[in-house]
Amino acid sequence: MARPVQVNMVNLTKADYRGAKSTLCQGCGHNSIANQIIAACYELNIIPENIVKFSGIGCSSKSPTYFLSRSFGFNGLHGRMPSLATGALFADTSIKGMGISGDGDTASIGMGQFKHIMRRNVPMVYIVENNGVYGLTKGQFSATAEEGLTLKKQGQNPYMPVDLVWEAIVSNATFVARSFAGDPKQVKPLIKAALSHNGIAFLDIVSPCVSFNNQDISHHSYAWGREHEVALHEVDYVPAEEEIMVDYEEGNAIDVEMHDGSIVVLRKLGNDYDPTNKSGALCMLEDANKRNELITGLIYINTEQKSIFDFYDLVDEPLNRLTAEQLRPPKETLDAINTRMF
Amino acid sequence: MRKFMTEEPTPQRGPVVNDFSITVGTVNGSGSQTSNLTILRALFKMGIPISGKNLFPSNIQGLPTWYTIRVSKDGYLARRDEHEIVIAMNPASFSHDLADCLPGGIFIYDEGIKQAVTRDDISVYPIPVKALTNQSDAPAKLRGYVGNMVYVGVLAQLLGIDLDKIHQALDFHFSGKEKPIALNMQVIQLAYDWAAENLTKTDPYRVEAMDGTKDYIMADGNTATALGTIYGGVQFVGWYPITPATSVPEEINANIPKLRTTPEGKATYAVVQAEDELAAIGMIIGAGWAGLRAMTATSGPGISLMAEYTSLAYFAEVPIVVWNVQRMGPSTGLPTRTSQGDINLCYYLGHGDTKHPVLLPGSVTECFEFGWKALDIAEQLQTPVFALSDLDFGMNHWMTKPFEYPDQPINRGKILWEEDLDNWDKPLPWGRYLDIDGDGIPYRTVVGNRHPKSAYFTRGTGHDDYANYSEDPTVWAKNMERLNKKFETARAIVPGPELHPRAGAKIGIIAFGSTDPAIREACDYLEADGIPVDYLRLRALPINGDVRSFMETHERIYVVEMNRDGQLHQILQTELPEYSTKLLSLSHNDGLPITANWVKAAITEEENK
Repeated sequence: MARPVQVNMVNLTKADYRGAKSTLCQGCGHNSIANQIIAACYELNIIPENIVKFSGIGCSSKSPTYFLSRSFGFNGLHGRMPSLATGALFADTSIKGMGISGDGDTASIGMGQFKHIMRRNVPMVYIVENNGVYGLTKGQFSATAEEGLTLKKQGQNPYMPVDLVWEAIVSNATFVARSFAGDPKQVKPLIKAALSHNGIAFLDIVSPCVSFNNQDISHHSYAWGREHEVALHEVDYVPAEEEIMVDYEEGNAIDVEMHDGSIVVLRKLGNDYDPTNKSGALCMLEDANKRNELITGLIYINTEQKSIFDFYDLVDEPLNRLTAEQLRPPKETLDAINTRMF
Repeated sequence: MRKFMTEEPTPQRGPVVNDFSITVGTVNGSGSQTSNLTILRALFKMGIPISGKNLFPSNIQGLPTWYTIRVSKDGYLARRDEHEIVIAMNPASFSHDLADCLPGGIFIYDEGIKQAVTRDDISVYPIPVKALTNQSDAPAKLRGYVGNMVYVGVLAQLLGIDLDKIHQALDFHFSGKEKPIALNMQVIQLAYDWAAENLTKTDPYRVEAMDGTKDYIMADGNTATALGTIYGGVQFVGWYPITPATSVPEEINANIPKLRTTPEGKATYAVVQAEDELAAIGMIIGAGWAGLRAMTATSGPGISLMAEYTSLAYFAEVPIVVWNVQRMGPSTGLPTRTSQGDINLCYYLGHGDTKHPVLLPGSVTECFEFGWKALDIAEQLQTPVFALSDLDFGMNHWMTKPFEYPDQPINRGKILWEEDLDNWDKPLPWGRYLDIDGDGIPYRTVVGNRHPKSAYFTRGTGHDDYANYSEDPTVWAKNMERLNKKFETARAIVPGPELHPRAGAKIGIIAFGSTDPAIREACDYLEADGIPVDYLRLRALPINGDVRSFMETHERIYVVEMNRDGQLHQILQTELPEYSTKLLSLSHNDGLPITANWVKAAITEEENK
């Protein structure tokens, strides 16, 4: 007898969450992020049809084909995934958006749309797979590349980098986290928490480029990341479906209740870090920057802010399932308009 | 562009009734629009055919602005260059306005303007604007605004405009609010009485009630577009402000809550103001892709920004509607002047081989009709559809036929839900880009469809019939050919041309959009001169219907349009090269709406060669 295939609570196997075979370079951090998305969705018992994937242009933006092939997806334009997602998510607000972008896609041409989707608080996950380099065009500096970095054909980068975590917070994002592709233990619970957040959930995941930017001294390399990463706290995630079991010592942890009732538990390693304090988060980032440290974990969260859909009193059924009768006002209304058209 | 001498009529001795133009020179931001619309609406209510054109600067306050009203018993609505009646309220444009008045005409001016009136071939009426407004109950800070009502009252007395109709116009303008109606009416009455007592009429111009407007309403094109879009079942509007398109989404916002809210108080639509046109088009493509009827409205510069996403929407086959309320380009150009300079841009917008259906409304009521039709056509064809209005339609008030309720049900095109996939009985399994019906139009599923086989990955890169990534040369070429086939299908779906034949005509005119009234008027004049001309008004691209036979059956065809390079002329030459030698381009490109005299003179000159 064949071994029974393991299924989750919605009776799906891990295979139901997979995508096409990756065509990215072997060892690319993006692949491990795709694997964590698969694992997170499987473990959260999310039906793949209830996710919609978006991306822009670049290596990272190719990756949505490598997970959740049963989910709809749209690979849009360079830097303009946010607007695409904003429009599409109105069609059926019960569907969760999963946007994948890169530092080239988001921090340069996409900076405007990035900041506007943050301030609109569109409920979706927005992951930047951040490697500090343009991979698909073979190794140019991106806007997140640190000052002084040397690349083969480009020489030395003279400019200061953009910190997307900082940009997200000042743009009034409501969930801002950073992690490291080589740290699945942290990436997975952050993705789970992001999927539960009723608003924009931004994850800056440092994802080393094995081909063009993996020198040990680069901030976006595996070696640098492992050595300099400072986790704010261990993140644990408890879905709402289960009894909430919290494993932490009084005074040492902060529970963050998500809109769907689930709870993110932050186990702090350092002193009291309060991710709901915006100015505290910004000071902490600035201090870490001075110390040349990469802060990871849930850096800022605000569960009070309304999402974009709270400002639109939409019908209960999905907008895209409305019938023609629901969409065209009756004839009498036009007669009345004609009468009052002086 | 050709320049023709204005044919100035010799001063007429008998009374001139319901056949003249009035132009008012004011300072923009001074509230003159209320006065001008009051005159326009009162004349309309008297049953006299009118058209009004606002010639305004790209500025909020302080620069000269003109408003022209054409009064025409014959129902001609085009702009004229000539003005029989000139009202000068602005010192800065006084000498220009004075020179603008036709011999024998009327010149009314604010006597507070201390400038010499150097003409003796016109009737001159100075009016005491300040003294009259001081007599009114207007508080000091409002006197400047109501001051413009003085010329309404004086004109009403001189021409014989019915004061009851003026009251009706004010009532409409202020939505029945008693206070402003009474205040403005008081100033008008004071001015009317003053004129009756103090002015001796020395001119022949007057108005008389007639029944030339009873089958018409008054509306601007952008409101018509907005309402048509709402009746077309729009579900998502993404937009960014730009003159002269801004009032389209604003009118949607003003009207849609009442029309498209369920009895439970819930909205069946969403309108989002984007951060720019790049995002506006991105949002509507996301929405259109996800199964919402989606539109935006913009103008030339916005269209330029939308080019890259349009190319993606064409290739990924996403239905969207883009209204282009054209203004004069290139560049920032003349943002408050009209143009038909984007027909080429919209027809071919995007990199690579792209082309799009372009709807060309020729009246305000057709802006309404194409408002709903564009959404049907986009979803039927699963492609971006452009609709070209212009500033003249969009921002001016026109008498137009009442809006007609759609005569066809909403057409959502080939969209598949769960049960459709379950009951799929076609010979091949469903594929997003698979041409099952042979018309180039595939079937589509949208986000929210929970059928496990419904999902596909949409991309701007090469893809096969099943939406899989492909760089295969055969697959690429075949897909592009299918898109071409779909465009051929579009020919039968977009609105056909409208023909206006004349007995014995050997030559023809092809034109589109807001030039329509000038061309119809010119056809009358040309026929009177012994040059009968058939007129074909193009209502969409790609061309269809009678366009080919029109070319075949005429010796020469003049393509009249408001741009420099004769863009439609070029498109027609490309589409029907066998007739290209018969096509002559007549381009008018100074930012002002074309006149019948210009069309007539241009054709007469060519015909006499």
